[in-house]
Parts: sequence; structure tokens; C-alpha cells
Amino acid sequence: MKQGNIKVALVGNPNAGKSTLFNALTGLRQKTGNFPGVTVEKKSGTFRISGLETQVTLVDLPGTYSIYPKSRDETVVMDILANPAHPDFPDVIVVVVDASNLQRNLLLFTEINDLGIPTVIALNMLDVALSMNLTVSAVQLAMQLGVPVARINARTGEGINHLQEAIKQVFAIKERPAIQYFYQPKGVEIELINEVKHIYNLDNDYVALQYVCQHDNFSFLQQPARTKLDELIEKYSFDEHHFLVSETIARYDKIKPIVSKAVKSAGVTEPPYWTRKLDSILLHRVWGYIIFAMVLLLIFQAIFAWATFLSDFLDASAAQGIEWVKSVLPEGVLNDLITDGILTGIAGIIVFVPQIAILFALVSILEESGYMARVMVIMDKLMRRFGLNGRSVVPLISGVACAVPAIMTTRSISSRYERLLTILVTPLMSCSARLPIYTILIALVVPSTQVLGVFSVQGLVLFGLYFLGLIGALGSAWLLSLFIPRKERSYFMLEMPSYKLPRLGHVGFAMYESVKSFVLEAGKVIMAISIILWVLASYGPGDRMQDAENKVLTEMGAASQEQIDAAVGSARLENSYAGQFGHFIEPVIKPLGYDWKIGIALLASFAAREVFVGTMATIYSISGDSEDVPTVKQRLSQEKNPDTGGQMFTTAVCYSLLMFYVFAMMCMSTIAVVYRETHGWKWPLIQLAYLMALAYASAFAAYQLLS
Amino acid sequence: MSARTVSQLRKGEKGVIKSFNDRVMSLKLLEMGCLPGCEVRLDAVAPFGDPICINVGGCYSLSLRLNEASVIELE
Repeated sequence: MKQGNIKVALVGNPNAGKSTLFNALTGLRQKTGNFPGVTVEKKSGTFRISGLETQVTLVDLPGTYSIYPKSRDETVVMDILANPAHPDFPDVIVVVVDASNLQRNLLLFTEINDLGIPTVIALNMLDVALSMNLTVSAVQLAMQLGVPVARINARTGEGINHLQEAIKQVFAIKERPAIQYFYQPKGVEIELINEVKHIYNLDNDYVALQYVCQHDNFSFLQQPARTKLDELIEKYSFDEHHFLVSETIARYDKIKPIVSKAVKSAGVTEPPYWTRKLDSILLHRVWGYIIFAMVLLLIFQAIFAWATFLSDFLDASAAQGIEWVKSVLPEGVLNDLITDGILTGIAGIIVFVPQIAILFALVSILEESGYMARVMVIMDKLMRRFGLNGRSVVPLISGVACAVPAIMTTRSISSRYERLLTILVTPLMSCSARLPIYTILIALVVPSTQVLGVFSVQGLVLFGLYFLGLIGALGSAWLLSLFIPRKERSYFMLEMPSYKLPRLGHVGFAMYESVKSFVLEAGKVIMAISIILWVLASYGPGDRMQDAENKVLTEMGAASQEQIDAAVGSARLENSYAGQFGHFIEPVIKPLGYDWKIGIALLASFAAREVFVGTMATIYSISGDSEDVPTVKQRLSQEKNPDTGGQMFTTAVCYSLLMFYVFAMMCMSTIAVVYRETHGWKWPLIQLAYLMALAYASAFAAYQLLS
Repeated sequence: MSARTVSQLRKGEKGVIKSFNDRVMSLKLLEMGCLPGCEVRLDAVAPFGDPICINVGGCYSLSLRLNEASVIELE
């Protein structure tokens, strides 16, 4: 027996219960990362099998209907399974099979089987099959297919021990019998296979065929090898598409008799009663939209009302903690760096955790229950008009919390074109980081009165800003679709899973994963930028900052200590590097109604938008609790415009700022994630340019019209 | 006259798949379990008439756009 860990890969159709089985097998011993060399999320975990010395490493491969990939995620499956040198190449493959849809699920199994890697079937969803009047014989299946079949219920954990036993047995077999191919190559395929096997030193016919069909997706093949394979295709005039169709049909011809022997049907087969009943309401032309609108309202309510309690609590605790650290550590530069730079940065990340956790818990409930698939169906036609896809709905909704995880969810969109458009417009959805900015600016200029007795005007303006973001997203998608050529056909084919009650554990996992990836991915950038900002705001060229401080001290001899401190802070900031930058960009932002102080805040908010309010507080040198919104608001309303002598934050300036923040791509983390997801600087830079232009133009229009 | 396709089914109406009239889509449909000889039934139509949900072989429900459904010719 081989030494070291046993590597097991989990393969299966979408909705077959693959990730549920993954959780059932590994529990909390799992981690997420990327597959080497590609940005496809990889979930792996470990478990032990009784009577086995070594630990088992389980890798969850992306769900797929066949080994021929239809989306970027799916290319990973064969990139691993055709390459024995790959670090994730499995010793055993577990194919999860949905018993209620055996024929289609076995297509993938027969393909995997022909690759020659030891395989076990986990026969799942027998309860669903039973509710559809179908009984499936695992013994018959095992006999006909020639592999162990373990009856499992991934949701309850039933039969997991049998599956583990089967993995152990298959792994222990030393003398492997000659492979029984489900697909027999014919005609020109045979000669082609033999030549490919000879050149690349392969011993499996089907792997050789995959070299022919999928070599462009194989990261382990170099360009000369790919060119050579193209030449071979030419030489044998191999018609790839014709082959794929005839192969698939030949496989089904093999599968059909097997299924009819293994499955006994008692009466008429129908999807479960509740699924049909719920579909008639949730896909209804009127009720469908009303219910979806109510679900959205609930999500908004959860993010903005319920999560705020937690956020405020975390915010206050973090502020207290930082104060405490400040008082404990000896005074000096190091103290300032730790408290004002690093800890403030960390606090800025933590404050968003409740909103992200709640949003992703809700999204996961919608996905688990099967409702999300229906939302995609009722939104597809609308989305298509703007060049998007029904599947774009999930990233757009998630964008309301944070664009970073939202952009990562676009991976399930199989069309590259629609995926790109979705990535480009997702940052227009007003994320939760913009909320503090909206709140304070609205509080400054919108009266807190009510219309019609129920709606607060401030609330309506806030809603209007979110709506504007949505219009901006759809409108930009439409405009971009006119300029970016579409190279492939758009299609929308989606299996409608039967409705299920979401499980708490699974929702918890999803929540945990999204929070973790946000804290680690976005957190790193936010923290780095807050440290840089601290340095820029604390240091200036030469002795300028010290000189400015001395000048203030001599001028303000009679004022109270508090006033002097505030004035000193303000003077120091003006002469710091950050202040210099603010002055530098002032000519550019002047037409929008901003001065150099707002310029600094704009620069700062590029790290993370929420920094805007805090920076404004620092710049306008508020003594005491600088995070307290009423204080910031009061101070801002008193600020005088040095040119006119009137109020600085006029209605025009506030609306101009609001417009700017609705459209601007003011977020380093988003740029970083777009760079990662699109493999290059082209698209993040295009996105940055068009969003900045949009923001500048709307802010300019708002200021010029209102002032 | 061209063959009747799944996109022309009325709600609740059944049909048996005969063939596909598009090479690229046919592979996707086959992999999703739509086989010649398989019975399909139109279960639901999204608001605005597109996409539609069909039941495939009594097994499961598949949602697809009208122009994809028009690839599937019926007997």
C-alpha cells in the first residue's frame, strides 16, 4: 500500500448533494484555497477511516454534468484528473450520484470510470427517489457498473461509514483488472488514440482522447504539445463536435439498460408535490415578482437594520479597545502606528463582518432551499436586455453588502462575456461601506420630515441612492455590451432543484467561509492602506508640520487647551504629505465643489469607502469621540467656505459628493479582486476609468445644477 | 413545414424528443439528460414568457430559454 495520505476527489452533478457529502465527511476539518495556478476556489478537508493508519485528504471538485467543461470552474476537473503529476490527483474518486435522476447522473460516472482511476459511487437522494415512486437497487448497480456502490443520505449522514469502507477497499486493491471501457472508440478514433498514447506515453484510451479534445484547457501541456495535438486532429480529420455527440449518445445507450434493471418504478414518477405547488406560485407572473421583492426587502432590512446593532456594538467595542491600548502602551510613534494605523484598520474591517455574515447566510438559505434558481429564471429575460444573464442576479444582490465576495460569485456564470459584464457593473451596486457616507451627507442636507405620514424623506433619499446604483449597473451593462464584442452565444440552462429545507450547519459554513474570505482578502488591503494613510497623514516634507504647529501655538495663546489641540491637529494635517496631496488635486475636484480637505478624504476612502467619515472627522479636527456621527455632522455644518464665507457643505456639495460615491470605484479591494478574476490589468483599469468618469460627470452635473 | 419544437408546447402539454437542430446546443442538452425518445412536458413559463421550465422524463425540472427550447424538435 502507498505511504502518505490517501487522496480522494469528490465528483458529481450540480445538485447531487456533493457539498453536503463533503461537509458530512470532513466536518470542520476543511479549508478553502485555490487550485494551483488557477483562481478556482478549492475546498479540501480531511477525515479518518477506522482501521486505516493514514489520513484521507478529500478534494471537492466543481460540480459538472460531464467531463467536458462548460464554464471556467469546470476546466479544473479534467486538468487534475488527466494529470497524474498534479498535487491533487486522486487515488480514489467518489462520484456522487442522484438516485432520483440516475440516467443523467451515470453519464458523468461512465466518463470518470473510463479514465481508469479507482472509483466508488455514493448513491445519494434515495429518499427523493422514493417520494417519486422510484426504488433503486444499489446491488444491481454495483454488479452492472463493476464498482462499489454505497447507499448514503448526505443530509442525515446515513451510510457514510459504508462509503468510507468502500473507499478503503478500493484503495487496498493492488492488482487492478484491465479497465472495462463504457465507450468503445471506433474508426479513425482508434488510430488517433494509438498515436497520442504513443507520443505522450499514455496507457489509457480515454485519457488520450481527452488530450485530443481538451488540450487547450490542460495547464500541464506546453504550447508545442498543443500545436502537435492540433496537427494530429488535422491529420486524422477528427471532427471533435461530432465525436462528442456520438460519444454521449453511445454512453446513454449503455446506461439505459443498466438503469432499467436497477430502478423499479411504482406508478407515475413526478417531482415532489411541494416543488410543483411552490413553483406554480414562485414562478407566477405576478406573485413571483411580489415574493421576490419581499425577499429583497427582507435582505435589506436584515443588512441595514438588524446588522447595524451588531456593527455599532463592534464599532464601540473596537473604539474602546483602541483607547485602552493607546493608554497602556508608552506614548510615541509606535503607539500611534499601532493604534491609529493598524488597529483602526482592523476595526474598519470588523465593523463590516455582521453585514457580510447576515447577507451570505441569507443568500445561502436562498440557494440551499432551491429558491435562488427560480429567481434566476424570473429575472433572466430582464437581465438579458442589458447583456447580462439570470445568473447575474446573485452577484448583484451580494454587491449590496460588499463587491469583493459578490465578484467571486460570478464564477458560476458559464458565458465569459456575461461574466465579464457582471464583474464590470457589480461595483455600482451600493455596498454597505457607502452607507456611513450616505447617512452623514443625507443628515446634513435632507430635512428629517415625513411625507404621507409614513415615509421619512431621508429614508426615501437613501432608497433613491440605492436605486440609482441599480440603474447605473444595468445601464452600464447595456452600454458596455455595445462596445465589447460578444464572441460566444448566450445560453441559460439551469436544473431546477426540488425545494428543500435549508440546514443550519450548511448555512453556518457558508457564512463562516464568506466572512473568512472577506477578512483575509479585503482585510489585507484595507489594513495596508490604513497604515500607508497613517504615515502620509502623520509625516510631511521637511519641517513643515512642526513649523505649522509652532505658528498655531503662537497665534492661539489665549484659547482653551482643547481648541489649541484641534487647531494644531488641523494645521499639521494640512502640511502633511496627505495634505499636500489634497492641495495638489484641488484644481481637479474644484468643479465638483470640493476643497483640499475633501480631497484628502477622497484619497483616503480609496482604501475603503467607510474611511471617508473617519478621515473627515480627523481633517475637521473634532476633539473627543471622532467616530460619533452627530459630532461630525455638527462640525461639518459649521465649516465655512474660505472663498465665499458661506457654509462649506451646501446642498450642492453634499449632493455632488453623494453622486460621486454612488458611481465611483472607490475601493482598492474591488480592483484587486477584478484583477485576480480577469487575469490582468486590462479590465480593472477600464472599469476604474469608466466608473470614475461616470462619477465625475454626475458629481459635476449635480454641483453645477444645484449651486 | 419545419418540425414542432419544445418552444411551441402549451402549458401542461407533453411531447417526445426526436432530434436537435443545432450542433452546439445538442451536446449541452444531451448532457443535461434530454435524449431522443425522452418525454418532456412544459411545466411553467416565467413572466414575460421566457425562460420556460420543462419536466424531462418525469425525472427533473429543467429551465431553458425559448431559443434553446426551439432547438429540441418533437416527434
